[in-house]
Amino acid sequence: MAAKLAMIFFSMILVNNYVLVQFLGICPFLGVSKKLDSAVGMSAAVIFVMALATSVTWPIYTFLLEPNGLAYLQTIVFILVIAVLVQLVEIAMKKYMPPLYKALGVYLPLITTNCAVLGVTISVLDEGYGFVESLVCAVGAGVGFLVAMVLFSGVRKRLEDAQPPKCFEGLPITLVAASITSLSFMGFGGIIENIFAGH
Amino acid sequence: MREKLKVFSNGLLKENPSLRLVLGTCPTLAVTTLAVNGLGMGLAATFVLVCSNIAISALRKVIPDKVRLPAYITVIATFVTVLQMLVKAFVPALDSALGIFLPLIVVNCIILGRAEMFASKHGIVLSALDGLGMGLGFTGTLVVMGSIRELLGAGTLFGVQIMPEAVDPMTFFIMPPGGFFVFGVLMALVIWIEIKTDNRKQRSIGCEGCPSAAICGGTCPEKAQGGEA
Repeated sequence: MAAKLAMIFFSMILVNNYVLVQFLGICPFLGVSKKLDSAVGMSAAVIFVMALATSVTWPIYTFLLEPNGLAYLQTIVFILVIAVLVQLVEIAMKKYMPPLYKALGVYLPLITTNCAVLGVTISVLDEGYGFVESLVCAVGAGVGFLVAMVLFSGVRKRLEDAQPPKCFEGLPITLVAASITSLSFMGFGGIIENIFAGH
Repeated sequence: MREKLKVFSNGLLKENPSLRLVLGTCPTLAVTTLAVNGLGMGLAATFVLVCSNIAISALRKVIPDKVRLPAYITVIATFVTVLQMLVKAFVPALDSALGIFLPLIVVNCIILGRAEMFASKHGIVLSALDGLGMGLGFTGTLVVMGSIRELLGAGTLFGVQIMPEAVDPMTFFIMPPGGFFVFGVLMALVIWIEIKTDNRKQRSIGCEGCPSAAICGGTCPEKAQGGEA
């Protein structure tokens, strides 16, 4: 069991990285990765909301929607649950954990429309994971997001001094840099299966 | 009539959602490994965009301002659910090709962005035309990207072998890094054409529709680009 959980966790970070391999959450990846501290703050908020959202939507789907033949309501229920959850977290954090709110507060409202969060809640069900596996998968996806953001904010720093051709300035060269970062993650293909295959 | 035509054509080129407004980047990169997938995704998004624009425009005087975003999301999610059922029933191949990106149309910034920027302020007919124009502009970009990636990465176009068999396809282009690369080069190409034809205006990027707008405060790369021009 532990080996399987570790396999899910690390493959979400390296092999199936949400941003660089599966293209989920590209908007914040391009928008917020310019500075290291905001990249870390955004990723921390994403990890938190992903874990929380999955721990709520998994039981809702498994015990409420699925047995009653309402599985087709998945999309609409999940997005509303995530929206409400983000609001609740924001209010609770403001009241009881002001320092944490100060650090993550600005990032929370943006997360409702982050496709990585809705993506992880739906994909754990598609994979047929149990509750613990889903939670591990969600946290792994969030950590993978963090890794990609931190790595890329370093790349962005170098890009600032680069002098690309005029038409490549700004977003185009950023996308090409993202392509090279993503290419480096291709090197991890198969690594997880081989490490955990012996166990 | 002229105004209607202008609204419709706006989304096709001048404010192309993917290349000019830089909205809906995730599906643009993810599903364009094949031209036909790009076409399917584009048409699916167009369907939701037109329907949600019509519904939100019709309800714009009823929805209270304070709860407008949750209301919009509910309307959009409803149409996405309808779409999911239709696609599953009639085009199951597309359903498996698009996978998770079909339900994820809900959080596509283009749709929420158009609801907020256009449909909530204009009449039903104009909103429908805006949705159609934007949707077709999005579809066009996806098909172009899908064609380039499929042609270079697999040697085919819409499943038909184009490249001679002797030419080894460059698999790089259908892998995730190829998506970023082709999108970046395509965007650079559009800017290059603009520079050459000398009509490079202030780029009106969709900060209103971008979920990162609140923190980036207009410092995101797209905005910086517009500032320099």
